[in-house]
Amino acid sequence: MALIQIREALRQAMQEEMRRDKDIFLMGEEVAHYNGAYKVSQGMLEEFGEDRVVDTPISEGGFAGLGVGAAMAGMRPIIEFMTWNFSLVAFDQVVNSAAKIYQMSGGQYSIPIVFRGPNGTAENLGSQHSTSVDSLYAHFPGLKVVTYATAYDAKGLLKAAIRDPNPVVFLESEMTYGVKGEVPDEEYVIELGKADIKRAGKDVTLITWGKQLFNVQNAAEQLAAQGIDAEIVDLRSLRPLDHETIFNSVVKTGRCVISHEGFLYAGVGAEIAARIQEACFDVLEAPILRVANRDVPQPYATNLEQLVNPTPERIINTVRQVMER
Amino acid sequence: MNESQALPLQSNLPNLDVSGLKSIYRQMVLIRRVEELAAKAYTQRKILGFCHLYIGQESVAVGAAAATSDDYWITAYREHGQAMAKGVSARAMMAELFGKRTGSSKGQGGSMHIYDKESKFMGGYGIVGAHVPLATGIAWAAKQRKEGRVCVCFFGDGAANQGAFFEALCLAQLYKLPVVFICENNFYAMGTPLHRQSAVTDMSLRALGVGMAREQFEGFDAEVVRDRVGAAAEFARSGQGPVLLEIITYRHRGHSMSDPAKYRPDGELDEKKKSDPLAITKERLTQDFNVSEEEIQAIHDSVEVEAQDAWDFAESSEIPDPANLYDFTYAPDGS
Repeated sequence: MALIQIREALRQAMQEEMRRDKDIFLMGEEVAHYNGAYKVSQGMLEEFGEDRVVDTPISEGGFAGLGVGAAMAGMRPIIEFMTWNFSLVAFDQVVNSAAKIYQMSGGQYSIPIVFRGPNGTAENLGSQHSTSVDSLYAHFPGLKVVTYATAYDAKGLLKAAIRDPNPVVFLESEMTYGVKGEVPDEEYVIELGKADIKRAGKDVTLITWGKQLFNVQNAAEQLAAQGIDAEIVDLRSLRPLDHETIFNSVVKTGRCVISHEGFLYAGVGAEIAARIQEACFDVLEAPILRVANRDVPQPYATNLEQLVNPTPERIINTVRQVMER
Repeated sequence: MNESQALPLQSNLPNLDVSGLKSIYRQMVLIRRVEELAAKAYTQRKILGFCHLYIGQESVAVGAAAATSDDYWITAYREHGQAMAKGVSARAMMAELFGKRTGSSKGQGGSMHIYDKESKFMGGYGIVGAHVPLATGIAWAAKQRKEGRVCVCFFGDGAANQGAFFEALCLAQLYKLPVVFICENNFYAMGTPLHRQSAVTDMSLRALGVGMAREQFEGFDAEVVRDRVGAAAEFARSGQGPVLLEIITYRHRGHSMSDPAKYRPDGELDEKKKSDPLAITKERLTQDFNVSEEEIQAIHDSVEVEAQDAWDFAESSEIPDPANLYDFTYAPDGS
């Protein structure tokens, strides 16, 4: 095992896959000579050269479309968005091209492409750089939507995403690129669509994904001190969704709180709550509650931002409401 | 400052002999006849949704195909003619329009989404301009793999106002990608005439801002299209970078089957029909190659058989099996 930063885990995933398969290339703004806006691709230009680690103009719609075309013609592009906020000018290419070409062509062209980059809030970046795009992309059949919290998951999931024959939206976080975690020395791949129980518990199921896991873990530890034993389900994949792990946990605990970044309104948490009540209505001891960003564009000022974010304190208060029913 | 480079004055393609020109003529007649039958089927509600006909523009697709038969093609939603010129059979096309499982996209695509991997026809797309960046990616792959192929990307004058189009031009020129961009200027973006949608009406000038080679020409004569697309393809294939061609053409029908095209000035259509691509090539065959009226009629007769056969095939084919509904959302692992 090695203790490495998440950015290194992501880099290792890309390097190992690119050594294995010459059709894989990384393309995006500042990925080559600048070594990545967040240094995820540090040193990759040196190893793979300019044909496989490619700087682009500021042209997200253009190079996202280039990636899709290259995938149609047999390559396996990794397209980096400097942040997923910028993907919205490429939304059409992800949704109307990448997600639909396999279907529109009657299965003739698969689109093995990974779109990756940081998602969600960081700190004091203002509203245009703080969007969580989870629900936007999870809405569409034809896409897979994958995210992680730990270095181990980051590496194993990115390798699986690169090998997948379908377009994968891979959500990272600039806040956690420097977070360290244990990663095995030997090669491993984590199957897409499998949630992971990050903490076993019996009283309440806490469902989360992405870096929000850290807030949920923080809350669970404080709840444990108060005698509430929470189980944490880290989804890791929003599409496909691991119904089995979710339902098994809720059947065990009878209570559920879903916590994620982004907004409650038409968010992924709403979808999961709907599915749980469809499948587990008879075992629920309390309504399913959700904790996410407050329903406003992200403010800049630190005090306001903290008020908006789904903090451990808000999670704890919400869990207590669920427990007291 | 980068100046646009000049294309070769002539392509290196061999001159067309009579059989080559007859084959071009037959393909244009077939496209027109299949489109006429598609219009008829549409009025009988055998074809549904949107249906954009290519009648009047046949020389562009067929001339270009004669120069780039083994290259990649990608295009927009008015693509029936291009699909057939590139190699999609009249049967597979018509069956797709009829929404049958034997269609080119198994009934998943419809009129706007004809695909054929076998003939490197990378599809028709319905978001105007959005497929143009895809062409840069196809060319990227062809270049990396040293295939020696170009990607021919068709779009209309309307698409040349989209951001995606400009971004694709920038990327293609920056990376010197082997793309032949073909703006088929038929003078209408749906119902809006060219002068009301673009301040600059020479659409090939769009290339100047990125330093791309360009050319504008009339495309009613398939031989001319073959020669100029051939020259552009040679340029792109040789590694000199992409080319923007603006090919002046005209559609005889409305934007789609539901458009009677009442926005055209009186007399415009009649005037344009004087340069009907079929008439031009027919005249060349009969006057310069001594092809008899009987031989011309024989071509039309064989086309009629093929087009009617396509209709019969489409009509008698089975509709898609509902059991396969979920088979086209995700490619299976290992593919």
